[in-house]
Amino acid sequence: MTPLEDTASTPVTAADPALVRVLDADGAFAPTPAAEPYLDLVASLSDADFEIFYRDMAVIRAFDQQATNLQRQGQLALWPPSYGQEAAQVGSVHAARTQDHLFPSYREHVVTRVRGVDPIDIIRLMRGLTHGGWNPFDPKNGNTHIYTLVLGAQTLHGTGFGMGLVFDGRCGTGDPERDEAVIVYYGDGASSQGDVHEAMVFANSYQTPEVFFLQNNQWAISVPVATQSRSPLHRRGAGYGMPSIPIDGNDVIASWAVTRRALDEARAGHGPRAIEALTYRLGAHTTSDDPTKYRTGDEEESWRRRDPIARMKTFLLGRGASEAFFADVEAEAAAVADDVRTRTNALGGLERGDMFAHVYSEPHPLVDEQRRWLDDYEASFEGGAS
Amino acid sequence: MPFSRAINAGLRAAMTASDRVLLMGEDIGKLGGVFRVTEGLQAEFGDRRVLDTPLAESGIVGTAIGLAMAGFRPVIEIQFDGFVFPAFDQITTQLAKMTNRHEGALSMPVVIRIPYGGHIGAVEHHQESPEAYFTHTAGLRVVSPSTPNDGYWMIQDAIASNDPVIFLEPKAKYWMKGEVDTAARAIDLHASRVVRRGTDVTLVGHGAMVTTLLQAAALAESEGTSCEVIDLRSLSPVDYAPILDSVRRTGRMVYAQEAPGFTSVGSEVAATVMERAFYALEAPVLRVSGFDVPFPPAKLEGAYLPDADRILEAVDRALAY
Ligand SMILES: Cc1ncc(C[n+]2csc(CCOP(=O)(O)OP(=O)(O)O)c2C)c(N)n1
Repeated sequence: MTPLEDTASTPVTAADPALVRVLDADGAFAPTPAAEPYLDLVASLSDADFEIFYRDMAVIRAFDQQATNLQRQGQLALWPPSYGQEAAQVGSVHAARTQDHLFPSYREHVVTRVRGVDPIDIIRLMRGLTHGGWNPFDPKNGNTHIYTLVLGAQTLHGTGFGMGLVFDGRCGTGDPERDEAVIVYYGDGASSQGDVHEAMVFANSYQTPEVFFLQNNQWAISVPVATQSRSPLHRRGAGYGMPSIPIDGNDVIASWAVTRRALDEARAGHGPRAIEALTYRLGAHTTSDDPTKYRTGDEEESWRRRDPIARMKTFLLGRGASEAFFADVEAEAAAVADDVRTRTNALGGLERGDMFAHVYSEPHPLVDEQRRWLDDYEASFEGGAS
Repeated sequence: MPFSRAINAGLRAAMTASDRVLLMGEDIGKLGGVFRVTEGLQAEFGDRRVLDTPLAESGIVGTAIGLAMAGFRPVIEIQFDGFVFPAFDQITTQLAKMTNRHEGALSMPVVIRIPYGGHIGAVEHHQESPEAYFTHTAGLRVVSPSTPNDGYWMIQDAIASNDPVIFLEPKAKYWMKGEVDTAARAIDLHASRVVRRGTDVTLVGHGAMVTTLLQAAALAESEGTSCEVIDLRSLSPVDYAPILDSVRRTGRMVYAQEAPGFTSVGSEVAATVMERAFYALEAPVLRVSGFDVPFPPAKLEGAYLPDADRILEAVDRALAY
């Protein structure tokens, strides 16, 4: 075997002994050895918590499918589905405390909704009505920052924010009710960006209270994760001097437990941590993409068998969850999807002057002048020609 | 007071006025920056206010964005003009657009100080004039002081601005001395200023070129031509009123800059003046600039950079129409 062949294996596998998993693919409680240190946390979860996890995953999947349909019907310019990644997102977001700040990339629909962001705000972005869509500092949005379409850029913003928390003594005081932390989300493709490297360097230099949450969904559009890295991505963490843990990203309980501990430690002043969630996007990269061009049906099928929602359902059924519960979740999911469709259709347009708004925080003569010019120009057509 | 000390004093004043102001950059703490602009500030304000960052330009700008979100007012130093490009993405796609993307809910009070331009005989990537990249980007403000007094006041105004400001420091002027009136604020950050009165030709420029324009004006006077000299000061937005007022009196204008001429600040100002003062012009607005080549090796910078003679040649051409 040549040295090259030696390293040519798929870099990340579920057989990694470091992998934290609590539920196996069939929904049975079967912790891996690496999950042992988290079982005390898991034991603190109640059936009500498990039901919330399930409900959030199922409801957002319905929203996601509705948004995909809306895009197909020409209502949205683009849609990046979160289909398949619900467990990684629901687990990690429920691990965050109210005072924590979250920096998503562009597929974290589950994260944003759980924190309170109205899904219609994501729709507005994808419909071309805004470049952001919500105010992260409005309390109803749960400190959830807007989507970033430049891969990896937000990892630096989250890190800078974390530096601010350190400088202001807003973490590490020993009071978990008050101490704050940051989660920043990014993908396996984004992990190749220089900004992610620089973010990890800064985060470790300044010991930011931060969790780097990598959703490794195996593909960056059509490029497999093996092209981004020949070694498991979580192993990079050690090079920066931070603990870094791989989890089964389709296991919502593992995602919650590992993120909870990582955030608690970061918040308490122990510095940044990284998590690599091994998951899979069952859908297309975005609605512009055709996954049959680059991946096999067998691969998709093998991940479909590890569907995070089905897995959780089996687990809940095993604990005696009622049919009424599942029926209720289904009804809520349908209602949310319907509501999003209705409100999408009702979304208005933009005023032409809106493009001149908020270019700067303070008045800017060039922008003001061009706004006036366009108004006068448009007005010259109104009532002018008879 | 030398220009570099004046900026230092302005930084100190801003840091004293608000503890939300912090400085970030490579070697700006113990060393005081390679041009010593931040000298003594870390000793005075501590290493939480004056950060020797990791060596990563994108990281510096990107984390400053996060710090601004957390309520700080970061002032970044990019060590040399040619090294701003690793941060270009964070500046243009992130910093410049944050307020817009947040529909006004967020402001971005970040200042990026960049020593720029030639005249110091430095090696490659240490003498460039990247201003047009930034003036082309909506959401950024771009200014360049050319005197110690402006250095002192404009840095404070830039820090006070709630918008991101690219603060271009003409490194040729760091050792230039001048009066600094710490009692009276200079004119608005975005105002241009007439620095010499004249009646025949209006000369406009920014940064280190203002000194060259004044030299050219002095030489022209000895030949009987009276030149008005205007320091642009703010490259975005441009304050046109003093320029148009001047051109309406002189009928002629020359713009001089070190940057390459193609799609530059000079091109923009020239085009606007021709649009707005066409009937006052006796000659086309002429531009004197660096050539559209990479900034040459130091031994050739004398041939590359516009000097008083090249400006006077343009003045003569304008007068010959
Ligand atoms: C800097 C940058 N380069 C290229 C793109 C185009 N692009 C959008 S998504 C994507 C793949 C991203 O893959 P990954 O980070 O794994 O995230 P995923 O989409 O799989 O969630 C690419 C290449 C981009 N948005 N930003």
